Amino acid sequence: MTLKEIVHILQAELVCGKSHINDEIEFAGGSDLMSDVLAFAKPGILLLTGLSNLQSVRTADIIGAKGIVYVRGKKPDPEGIKLAKKKDIPILLTDYMMYTACGLLYSQHLPGVYPVTDKKS
Amino acid sequence: MIENEAVLAQQFEIQGRDFNHAGNISTTIKEILQETGIPPSIIIRTAIATYEAEMNVVMYADKGTLYFSLAPDSIRIKIDDRGTGIKNISLAMKEGYSTATNEYREMGFGAGMGLPNIKKNADKFKISSCPGKGTTLEILFFLNNSEGQ
Ligand SMILES: Nc1ncnc2c1ncn2[C@@H]1O[C@H](COP(=O)(O)OP(=O)(O)OP(=O)(O)O)[C@@H](O)[C@H]1O
Ligand SMILES: [Mg+2]
Repeated sequence: MTLKEIVHILQAELVCGKSHINDEIEFAGGSDLMSDVLAFAKPGILLLTGLSNLQSVRTADIIGAKGIVYVRGKKPDPEGIKLAKKKDIPILLTDYMMYTACGLLYSQHLPGVYPVTDKKS
Repeated sequence: MIENEAVLAQQFEIQGRDFNHAGNISTTIKEILQETGIPPSIIIRTAIATYEAEMNVVMYADKGTLYFSLAPDSIRIKIDDRGTGIKNISLAMKEGYSTATNEYREMGFGAGMGLPNIKKNADKFKISSCPGKGTTLEILFFLNNSEGQ
């Protein structure tokens, strides 16, 4: 699924990273807990989060995320946007709440991240 | 731990409770590694472990020094901090154990996953602490798969 399709499905606003609009996104994960993101994330993930501080962008960069979706109308701090621009990480804003945003993408066949130990059925 | 001839060695100061700069050092180290031909999977593991360790110094210590060195066969991160130290290391290493304040939880941290996650990502991991003085972490990543088990 491309970032463009994701923008459309989530009726999102693309704040930065417009050059990545045709990038292919292969999987996503949602959490407000950066500790969890650092523990489960795989490089290339699209991160959905309701946590809008600088650390959310920092964490996304550290794990090599392909983009960040801020849910339930959250807007990242200016410092966060600055970092995202510098690190060339696309930022999307959507009004959907976490569950709905994830559900919409999942139902359009964007898979999640499976823990290594989890034998995907 | 193995001491090897470093190709590159650099040290950084970490300031406790400085959340505006928290993570800067890990980002810098990731950038340095990305300029080399090191496999991305090793770079990500290094970045995650370094970031967890850096955040711990910011959240729980007064200040710390991070020593980064890159040798032909390994990446070595050593972090020495001055602060409260850790009284019970085996407890701190348990997944889910955390003394994080509500403030830290609201920032997205404090799940008690950091230290176990550092261990999981590292090829070698050592932690020692002197309660009331500080904590030292040594984290090693091998660049050739044959050296890790
Ligand atoms: N450098 C340190 N100095 C003093 N105490 C520390 C230090 N690092 C960790 N600790 C203690 O060990 C506990 C566990 O650390 P760990 O990194 O595993 O979890 P956390 O930081 O609480 O949460 P998370 O890392 O998931 O955000 C901390 O809550 C803290 O009490
Ligand atoms: Mg931690």
